[in-house]
Amino acid sequence: MRSYKGQVAIVGVGETPVGKVPGRSALWFNAEATRLALEDAGIDKSQVDGLVTAPSFVAPFARMSVAVSEYLGIRPTFSNTLNVSGATAAASVSVAAAAIHAGLADTVVVCCGDNMLSGLTRDLAVKALVESRDPQYEAPFGLLVATTFALTAQRHMAEYGTTPEQLARVAVVTRAHALRKPGAQMTTPITVADVLASKPITTPYHMLDCALVSDGGAALVLTAAERARDLRRKPVYLLGGGESYTQEHIFCAESITTTGAAISSRRAYAMAGVGPGDMDVAGVYDCFTGTVIMMLEDLGFCKKGEGGPFVEAGEITHGGRIPINTHGGMLSYAHPGLPGGYFHIVEMVRQLRGEAGARQVAGAELALCHSLGGGFATNATIVLGTEPNG
Amino acid sequence: MSGPKPPPPIDDDTRAYWAGLARGELLLQHCRDCGHVQFYQRALCGRCLGARVEHRPASGRGSIYSFSTVHRAPSPEFKDDVPYTVVLVELAEGPRMISTLVDTPPEAVRIGQPVEIVYDRVSPEVTLPRFRRAATPTTS
Repeated sequence: MRSYKGQVAIVGVGETPVGKVPGRSALWFNAEATRLALEDAGIDKSQVDGLVTAPSFVAPFARMSVAVSEYLGIRPTFSNTLNVSGATAAASVSVAAAAIHAGLADTVVVCCGDNMLSGLTRDLAVKALVESRDPQYEAPFGLLVATTFALTAQRHMAEYGTTPEQLARVAVVTRAHALRKPGAQMTTPITVADVLASKPITTPYHMLDCALVSDGGAALVLTAAERARDLRRKPVYLLGGGESYTQEHIFCAESITTTGAAISSRRAYAMAGVGPGDMDVAGVYDCFTGTVIMMLEDLGFCKKGEGGPFVEAGEITHGGRIPINTHGGMLSYAHPGLPGGYFHIVEMVRQLRGEAGARQVAGAELALCHSLGGGFATNATIVLGTEPNG
Repeated sequence: MSGPKPPPPIDDDTRAYWAGLARGELLLQHCRDCGHVQFYQRALCGRCLGARVEHRPASGRGSIYSFSTVHRAPSPEFKDDVPYTVVLVELAEGPRMISTLVDTPPEAVRIGQPVEIVYDRVSPEVTLPRFRRAATPTTS
């Protein structure tokens, strides 16, 4: 099988301020993150010939990638506004890498930004999300997107004995991580009791089991591996990528407790020639606490059904088997909608460069990023490493 | 104050389904070529792509595959309804569907519980398929 393994590297990363950042547009979040990523890479904007972004919930642009390019004053020859809901983050990196490997572009910016918190009221944000459900078979029943994920967690609890306390533990660990990440939206520690006492949203999920609503943007700069070696930052190589699209409707899912993540990660590991046991650190899309528990299983970090005890045993933080979301994730760092999953990738790049400061996982050489969306309708995994051969 | 909920946009694929509900029948599609039973309504069989799919009334019985009680309304139209319990029902015929439970307190809901359909007429055109606890288990 053909492969982009080791052929493409991430050479720059940028993040805007996150949390509540009033007065800024979705375009600005894209452009500012890109400006910072180019500065980080030491690459002039004139060298960017490709740009991949995702649509904004707030901004009305039908061609977001073209609008962002215009805002930045660039005229790329490769452009894509990708939307596979939450999986867009890792999927965009794969698309950009494939474009570079195939000769469609030399230097591609992958960016995403939105002002979900300031630009959209909370009610409107949730309404926008519910309207993404099927208008005949789902929406008439008041199916919140959160409820699709809640259905999977409820079933996981029934099948495997996963407890509300184990779900809560994910939020507690992630919050502790956010406290070590400058600029995180959430800045106070929480306990399992705090999570269980927070407002019920859609059972078994409480407010603190759910990702934040934020403003923010992130960007990555990708180029060919041979060019990356001459740039100022230590390159982070793309070693593998895989995706899976199993169903649109939650009621059409073959299983709601084993997801397409098992497929996408298997493909990514196979391309990289590594396994889950080789990963030093991971960025796992954490729209809800139970999502993380199921992903730990489907990504191969523990056996099916053992995600809850795995989290309880301290395996997802420093010193554990696989520290995840060391920046605080979408539960505690930021979740501006589609951009939410990009911050995980930025964080994994920082970990592999050894630049994560108080959050650094010592000696990290291999990292996994997984993004997903739509009640596990979409899944995308990438494997990153410090060496082109893994 | 809750406003009216937007009516489902009925199309050629789904007209028979909604007409069935209006007269008190939950229709599933059966493929005359491969025997596949599917939900939701399509112009072709999702397994073999055959066009010979026919509507047949379902038993209206099933069991709760999963559930979630919604405490925070997804939009203003649902504010008067909370808390309500969304269920993923596994029908006796095999397919699963999303619905809500009626006449069941949230604390009494269990995965595996037998349920039966209730036809909730919300307008002359739209009857929503909801479910309530059934006394006897289904034979799926």
